Amino acid sequence: MEETKINAQPIDSKIPEGPIAEKWTNYKAHQKLVNPANKRKLDIIVVGTGLAGASAAATLGEMGFNVLNFCIQDSPRRAHSIAAQGGINAAKNYQNDGDSVYRLFYDTVKGGDYRAREANVYRLAEVSNNIIDQCVAQGVPFAREYGGLLANRSFGGAQVSRTFYAKGQTGQQLLLGAYSSLNRMIHAGKVKSYNRYEMHDVVIIDGRARGIIAKNLVTGKLERFAAHAVVIATGGYGNTYFLSTNAMGCNCSAAMACYRHGAYFANPAYVQIHPTCIPVHGDKQSKLTLMSESLRNDGRIWVPKNIEDAKKLQAGQIKGSDIPEEERDYYLERRYPAFGNLVPRDVASRAAKERCDKGYGVNNTGKAVFLDFSEAINRLGIDVIRQRYGNLFDMYEEITDVNPGELANEINGVKYYNPMMIYPAIHYTMGGIWVDYELQTSIKGLFAIGECNFSDHGANRLGASALMQGLADGYFVLPYTIQNYLSDQITVPHFSTDSPEFDAAEKKVQADLDNLMSIHGKRSVDSIHKELGNVMWEYVGMARTKESLETALKKLKELRKEFETNLFIPGTQEGMNVELDKAFRLRDFITMGELIAYDALNRHESCGGHFREEHQTEEGEAKRDDENFFYVACWKYNGNDETAPTLIKEPLHYEAIKVQTRNYKS
Amino acid sequence: MWLTNSSVGRKVLMSVTGLFLVLFVTFHALMNAVAVIKFEYYDAICEFLGANWYAVAGTLVLAAGFAIHIIYAFILTFQNRKARGNNRYAVNARPQNVEWASQNMLVLGIIVCCGLLLHLCQFWAKMQLPELMGDHVMPGSYYLQATFSHIWVLPIYLVWFAALWFHISHGFWSAFQTLGTANDKWIPRWQCISKWWATIVFILFAVEACYFTWFFAL
Amino acid sequence: METNISFKLKVWRQANAHAEGRFETYEMRDIPTDTSFLEMMDILNEQLIEKGEEPVTFDHDCREGICGMCSLYVNGHPHGPATGATTCQLYMRRFKDGDTITVEPWRSAAFPVIKDLMVNRNAFDQIQQAGGYVSFQTGGAQDANAIPISKEAADEAMDSATCIGCGACVAACKNGSAMLFLSAKVSQFALLPQGRAEAKRRVKAMLAKMDELGFGNCTNTGACAAECPKNIKLSNIARLNREFICAKCSD
Repeated sequence: MEETKINAQPIDSKIPEGPIAEKWTNYKAHQKLVNPANKRKLDIIVVGTGLAGASAAATLGEMGFNVLNFCIQDSPRRAHSIAAQGGINAAKNYQNDGDSVYRLFYDTVKGGDYRAREANVYRLAEVSNNIIDQCVAQGVPFAREYGGLLANRSFGGAQVSRTFYAKGQTGQQLLLGAYSSLNRMIHAGKVKSYNRYEMHDVVIIDGRARGIIAKNLVTGKLERFAAHAVVIATGGYGNTYFLSTNAMGCNCSAAMACYRHGAYFANPAYVQIHPTCIPVHGDKQSKLTLMSESLRNDGRIWVPKNIEDAKKLQAGQIKGSDIPEEERDYYLERRYPAFGNLVPRDVASRAAKERCDKGYGVNNTGKAVFLDFSEAINRLGIDVIRQRYGNLFDMYEEITDVNPGELANEINGVKYYNPMMIYPAIHYTMGGIWVDYELQTSIKGLFAIGECNFSDHGANRLGASALMQGLADGYFVLPYTIQNYLSDQITVPHFSTDSPEFDAAEKKVQADLDNLMSIHGKRSVDSIHKELGNVMWEYVGMARTKESLETALKKLKELRKEFETNLFIPGTQEGMNVELDKAFRLRDFITMGELIAYDALNRHESCGGHFREEHQTEEGEAKRDDENFFYVACWKYNGNDETAPTLIKEPLHYEAIKVQTRNYKS
Repeated sequence: MWLTNSSVGRKVLMSVTGLFLVLFVTFHALMNAVAVIKFEYYDAICEFLGANWYAVAGTLVLAAGFAIHIIYAFILTFQNRKARGNNRYAVNARPQNVEWASQNMLVLGIIVCCGLLLHLCQFWAKMQLPELMGDHVMPGSYYLQATFSHIWVLPIYLVWFAALWFHISHGFWSAFQTLGTANDKWIPRWQCISKWWATIVFILFAVEACYFTWFFAL
Repeated sequence: METNISFKLKVWRQANAHAEGRFETYEMRDIPTDTSFLEMMDILNEQLIEKGEEPVTFDHDCREGICGMCSLYVNGHPHGPATGATTCQLYMRRFKDGDTITVEPWRSAAFPVIKDLMVNRNAFDQIQQAGGYVSFQTGGAQDANAIPISKEAADEAMDSATCIGCGACVAACKNGSAMLFLSAKVSQFALLPQGRAEAKRRVKAMLAKMDELGFGNCTNTGACAAECPKNIKLSNIARLNREFICAKCSD
């Protein structure tokens, strides 16, 4: 196995001076701005139309910049932010339960297992309130109380109710809000929208990002686009694992293109595993379906106390509703009395895995636990529960043929309803392109926002914080910070796409595509991707060891070889070729998989979404090593995919928060 | 003009003329009922609606209503077929809750029009038209006898009324929907009223036609 | 419980927007009933690739019924025979052994076929660009709780906003009308005080755009609402008509 190199050069994250609560205010007061007449002269490319991309493109357009906005789907409204169910956090304290900007900041840093950058998180908490105002003004129909004011619910990792929601589809409503602003700017001619375009490379001229090469997915042709700055908002890399809650089209190719040009990739090992997904049911499965975390508000998670019962469940001899209350082990409530079923996602996921590994799994594969609503239904009535989770129950029934709201059994006068079966699945990636406080990557003029960057969630993201971060970056952070970069670009005229740099970039992408088409092997893209997913889940999944990671790296090398020699893509490059597009993405997923493994191997500690079995307490809780790993791991590309990347460390400095062991027990 | 160059405007034209025609049909059915009670009363109404200026004006408005309704029916259908595209589905399934009538309004309308033409030839062409030209005409009940003494008229009229039932049962509530006077509560209410109205009109006409046939032909 | 079924799959194949299309029939064997319809299509594609043929192109993305990307017309129904569900939420247990399943693209002049089962729904974007927004600058909003909105209005706006823009309403409509889609969008804003200020301007602009793009006229058949995977209600269309007529009358 190749050793990773460690680079000792310091890294400047450009965090402003001053106490934490004043940093963002200070930054805005002293940053350079671009005047309106000059904004018209500047072009900005925004790749991606999710919450971050759409909100950034719309806001930059409103400010007067010329924006070129790209998405791979047929409409900007379909980006995967749309699938977020639960809600969005904000420190409004409308419920008078003691919330504040500081508490949201604190919860986020703690939830992230003290691996996030303090200043970024504080800024996130600060602008969270503006997001809610913004969205309400856009006409986002958040849930309301009878009095006409906004309603809130609670979410994992918090002891206050600060989550705003719109039924079970907050993501769609927020995205439609951003999309409506984007539409207004498209109508005004300030944003040009390119749908069914996929970014294949970023063009660097004199050390600055100056454009992209994108493929028109309908015609199959490569096209060039130039701008004064490039913003990447292309989401996370969860699909490296093949089975995840991500959409089928989610990919990391844009991020990998930046990485190959020298943009650091930070903390790739931090992959969030969501505890409440519908378990895997067969080898034909294409994706995993998330059941909203909000279910944990009323649902109780359990496995049988007795291993015999578990065995019977696995053999299909009994059903969950046959097991009475006293024979059930509500293991989250048992282990974490203070937070119970509402512990953060990483903790809940690991606890489920721990029970299943011990043999207490409840389905035929032994890889599922129960999420039970009997107690809530008996307490509140089925109508209230259906009102809250009806659509989720229906969705669950459509997929599994089991209705969780159906009375299944009565033992000693206690009514038992069908429990859901759930199991953890890959959901979100905290790691991403490294950015400084201004959201600029290590390449000048190249910015990364939303899930695509690494900055705000540390080693684990709390529920309802992804929407918050995407919109914070897009509406309220990037539109300011990008001006600090653009202020000295006003004399640079519009770029021509005929320069040698564009020629070279397009030629390289074309060569890559030609290469893929010319392999003429036997295997489909999906079959290799599935294999990649198996390797990643098995060896770089929820619990990692030095041995498993080394095995993974070895297997990934073999897999790359298989990909390069035995791939088959039918059709031609002419017109639409979905298999070719998927192959291009898979090539990058393999490199991404290695990057995750390298980072996981380097991080000899357990924190958040990264769990090394060697580093756990006697009770099986994650054990951090703040002395040696209190840093952001930034990985620098070394010229080709075969060579191991170089590690550069960005040390973390905490001023406002005392780093301590996470405790959700008391 | 938004009534003709917007899709909703064109539908408003259809709705307003349609509702007007529903009113006319209802009035007509009631007028016929008078003949069932006593032919002399019916003759009096016919005389009243002869070649007087108000009757002529009414006829013109009515004819205009028919014309607009029919012309726009064809325009809308032509536009809608174009919007559907050149390729048709190989398999079609009508979802539950979708009325058969609603998808066949043009065909039903054509049947209603054919019946109307026959009816105009049998009555209007012999009553108001000659009177306008200065000819002498017989009392209304004379033409009832002339028409219904042929037994074949009844089945044709019944088919005509059935088509009218289907046409009104959708058209009536659809007009209120188009005029924006419906919501979650009122859509089912209008649909219900629609069915009742169409049924009452149908029963009146059918009973009347049967009565006249029995009286004059049997 | 899981069983396997075998059936015939009749799929529309069309090389590109200008090519002639035709149906191809494929024999599908031993498909587990707990695979989703799109996973079954994946299996078909794997088989085609194995034979060296081009796989069937179809739109899909989130596979959990929210992105609105999937768009198949299955056995005479947009999104297949299940109600209140998208194609990706359709499971094979809905079908029987020995069935013939016909899969077609959305057919509407405003949604031209791109390839096989994939159509261009850009017209929906254009309708929204014409006015489907509230005009204000980012950062200029007042406090979110400054205007109370009754729960009823908020819930109704939410129901309208549930539309995923998949185009099933247009596909189901014998007139190729986009009224259900448009009315859902207009309703969401019309029901909320934030959207009232420019309500008249919005409804006129969006409707004019819809007409311009070649969608048909609504004849209130209700097929759109019956087939809508998100159960968008027909009353939205009445509201749209009301908004439009009032806007025009007050000109």
